[in-house]
Amino acid sequence: MSVSKDDVAYMANLARLKVTDSEIEQFQSDMNKILGYMELLNQVDTSNVEPLDHVIELPPNYRKDVAFEPLDHDEALKNAPDADSDYFRVPRVIE
Amino acid sequence: MKLLDISQTREQVRSGHSFQQTVSQYIERIDNSNPGLNIVLRDARDEALVQAEQIEKKIRDGSAGKLAGAIMGIKDVICEKGKIVSCGSNMLRDFHSVYDASVIQRLKNEDAILLSRLNMDEFAMGSSTENSIWGASKNPLDPSRVTGGSSGGSAAAVAAGFANATLGSDTGGSIRQPAAYCGVVGLKPSYGRVSRYGLVAYASSFDSIGPLTNTVEDAAKVLQAIAGRDDFDGTSAFESVPDYSDALNESAKGLRIGVPEEYFGEGLDPEIRENVLSRVNQLEKDGATIVPIHLPHMKYGIATYYVLATAEASSNLARFDGVKYGHRADQLKVREALREEEKFLKDQIKQAKSDTDKSLWSTKLEKMDSPLVRLYKETRGEGFGMEVKRRIMLGTYVLSAGYYDAYYGKAQRIRRLIQKDFIEAFKNVDVIVSPTAPTTAFKLGSNQDDPIQMYLNDIYTISANLAGVCGISVPSGLHSDGMPIGLQFMANAFDEKSLIRAGRLVELQ
Repeated sequence: MSVSKDDVAYMANLARLKVTDSEIEQFQSDMNKILGYMELLNQVDTSNVEPLDHVIELPPNYRKDVAFEPLDHDEALKNAPDADSDYFRVPRVIE
Repeated sequence: MKLLDISQTREQVRSGHSFQQTVSQYIERIDNSNPGLNIVLRDARDEALVQAEQIEKKIRDGSAGKLAGAIMGIKDVICEKGKIVSCGSNMLRDFHSVYDASVIQRLKNEDAILLSRLNMDEFAMGSSTENSIWGASKNPLDPSRVTGGSSGGSAAAVAAGFANATLGSDTGGSIRQPAAYCGVVGLKPSYGRVSRYGLVAYASSFDSIGPLTNTVEDAAKVLQAIAGRDDFDGTSAFESVPDYSDALNESAKGLRIGVPEEYFGEGLDPEIRENVLSRVNQLEKDGATIVPIHLPHMKYGIATYYVLATAEASSNLARFDGVKYGHRADQLKVREALREEEKFLKDQIKQAKSDTDKSLWSTKLEKMDSPLVRLYKETRGEGFGMEVKRRIMLGTYVLSAGYYDAYYGKAQRIRRLIQKDFIEAFKNVDVIVSPTAPTTAFKLGSNQDDPIQMYLNDIYTISANLAGVCGISVPSGLHSDGMPIGLQFMANAFDEKSLIRAGRLVELQ
């Protein structure tokens, strides 16, 4: 399986990453190298193996339904690149 | 540099020495040596000196917390309220945390002084601390060499005497490998042992926070303070936390040490192999039982990890969109560029000589990014460095429709097989011994062009994260190249006590 430049551009769009032409070339070469290395995994027979998504088993746990002080508005908006007194601001989406 | 450990520092203060003076000596060392080494990113010296005075009083009247005497640095990926948490990234260059991570709260509760913020590979992705917008950190023992990574700053700060204990994070070896490269102790707790609340996430099913210190005893002390259930982290475990100091005085008698053949094979520096095996021999003479074992799926560790960790990273790092916090691309420029693109496409449609051409350009026009989507893309393109982008791209690929089962699903199954190897092994042994890394610290720049070569540095550490077990790297002497060798022990999930016991025995040799 080999990754084309179009594949890289497609992935970059899915990942919401702006990539330059030279980056596309770099990623194509890197991804092919790394995915090539990952072919190693096909040596392993996993037909009767369940996927592992969590290394420890945790019992279901519910916290008590007790209210606590939330972060106040000013604090929550403090790091925003653009905000008014109540909301994060983004470019207009609907014309 | 051998400094007083936490207990000794505290004892010294109790018997009349000024704690402020001790802290000042740490600050002086930072001022003298950090400019050439680039380990400390920022420090809170004024605050630290005030705290030193308060803690000194507490030490003398007997009310001090268990970490009084600790002068610490924190990897710049763990949130401290009011401080910059940059993660080594342009994305968070000016980000100020609005809360304390649970580990930070616990360190403060025990009277640790948090003096510095430490360099790292961007978003903890890397094995050399060269991928940082603040520039590469240099190894205090040989500034032409890397510190290891991604917690390179945390290991090097201890080695350089800028802190007597630090916190790092370990997703595939990021505490243990730099500890080995810098000649300090680094402990990666079991998954779930230490709360991840306030740790900027890289790969959530792997990430662990742990201590780097001069001595095993100090590692045990810091772990004691930060371990245990935290309701703010749903994956933190309920297992009770034992008294780790009990393990410091146990002998080698009866300790069962597994020696996995797979960890001593091809690719390992022969001197490191020799060094580790001679330690094992000594432990056997001292009464330990040596058990040859196999971890047959070890060779799939790196490939499995880079499927799963990049997948998780691509999802975790989706939060950096230039809206809630962090870097945002210049909005006016983005709008201007979009306008020009639109104009260009419309011109092409007008000038199109055939219907096919026309529909081609029309499709492009329809598919043009909205201003918001384009802002995300530009923001992330500017905010992330090359290695982070590479991993986001890989993660997106292995999770994408058509490839999910072949990569992600497959890797999750192999992860189970790797964990099974460990479960089987720990039926017969208390700890597994191995080198921490296949080589000593390499030269700056030497692995930059080959991602796979860089990834292979983690070959001995990565399985512990895949299996969720714990590991420690302890200094094990010097290589003929002058650099320290790290010896690793791994122990079963929640059996950090065995790590501390075994690590202490090597320290005493």
